[in-house]
Amino acid sequence: MSAPSVHAFMAVLQRDLLLAMRRKSEVLTAVFFFVVVAALFPLGIGPELNTLRLVAPGVLWVGALLSSMLALQRLFEADFRDGTLEQMAVSPTPLALLVAAKLLAHWLVSGLPLVLLAPVLGLQFDLPVEALLTLTLALLVGTPILSLVGGIGAALTLGVRGGGVLLSLLVLPLFVPVLVFGAGAVEAQASGLGSQAHFSILLAMLLPAAFFGPWACASALRIALE
Amino acid sequence: MLTLSDLSCSRGHKPLFAPVNLTLQAGQALHLEGDNGVGKTSLLRIVGGLSPADAGEVRWMGHSTREDPQAFRTALFYLGHALSLKEELSALENLLSDAAVAGRALTPADAVTALARMGWRGREHLPLRVMSQGQKRRTALARLWASQAPLWVLDEPFVALDVKAVDALRARMAAHVTQGGMVLFTSHQAVSLADAAGQALDVRHYRLEPAA
Repeated sequence: MSAPSVHAFMAVLQRDLLLAMRRKSEVLTAVFFFVVVAALFPLGIGPELNTLRLVAPGVLWVGALLSSMLALQRLFEADFRDGTLEQMAVSPTPLALLVAAKLLAHWLVSGLPLVLLAPVLGLQFDLPVEALLTLTLALLVGTPILSLVGGIGAALTLGVRGGGVLLSLLVLPLFVPVLVFGAGAVEAQASGLGSQAHFSILLAMLLPAAFFGPWACASALRIALE
Repeated sequence: MLTLSDLSCSRGHKPLFAPVNLTLQAGQALHLEGDNGVGKTSLLRIVGGLSPADAGEVRWMGHSTREDPQAFRTALFYLGHALSLKEELSALENLLSDAAVAGRALTPADAVTALARMGWRGREHLPLRVMSQGQKRRTALARLWASQAPLWVLDEPFVALDVKAVDALRARMAAHVTQGGMVLFTSHQAVSLADAAGQALDVRHYRLEPAA
């Protein structure tokens, strides 16, 4: 990779992070949504600790999934409207690389906070320390998959009227395996089976997503620009 | 050298303009004319590689830009209707991040100079959100002072600019052409270019005709 390409990658990453800092409310909405969903469940279910422990991984994972869906819709929207995407497309740096920078920035502002908040929110469900650790690790591996696969959906539905609903229909089924193995990791750990197999499968999903995701996004974005 | 051969484009099964054949040599400016809706923007987007042509091809230095986009994009500066500016960022931040994405080296000092050329005095650090439409366009066009790309493709660069900014932009385009650059632009006004000595430069015209 040449020096200007690395420079361009860093510039996109830096710009998106800076924009996230200046548009705090947009970023915080998705994170706040996650916190509220996770906080409402124990109140709704009641103080039965065994039930809470049982539903905790599923509730937190579904919360993370829906929260990342909320954030996805804005991933390329602003860049598409103000012409930034056009400039990225005519840049000599490969579009896939610039998109990878955008996806990384997106995960840092919408995925990483969920990972960091999960152990705190897990306390409300009376999860033991080992389960909290497994949950956090599973989210750390799983949320990038949500950003990468979701990014493809966001790129495909860009500029489509009612794209938000279409995006959910397109992307949510693809999130199912991540949900199953992400939440399953905590249960497997709690039942004494060990969560290694679940982590292997999550990683096996992450690696191809990281490799092909930006490339697929870039192709979809070029179609959206035509 | 930029060559467009038999380029055509259609909207809804109907050809938009008559096939375009033209060449642009180093040191030439070409004013693309045509009525509203005839497809000037579409043509520029095809040239920039953003949209595909229905037929024909765009060649840069003899190579098809579809086959070798990398070399062409290094040589291209494209500015469409959308200005690619972020309202939350200042003019300076916009210019710097844009240059990095386009693979151009630009120091903050040079960026301030470029903005000054386009009539910015101070306020480079305020977010663009509080600036007028004209000032936003000036920011977008200030990139021309930071660009070393030989081919400029500009869609309506003179819109919403005041007289001073129009003069500055014309001077910059003239300087680019005298240095052997190429400019392909659209405008609904007559545009004359003159070099530093006041000598009028030849601006070629190409009128885009609607398809028969």
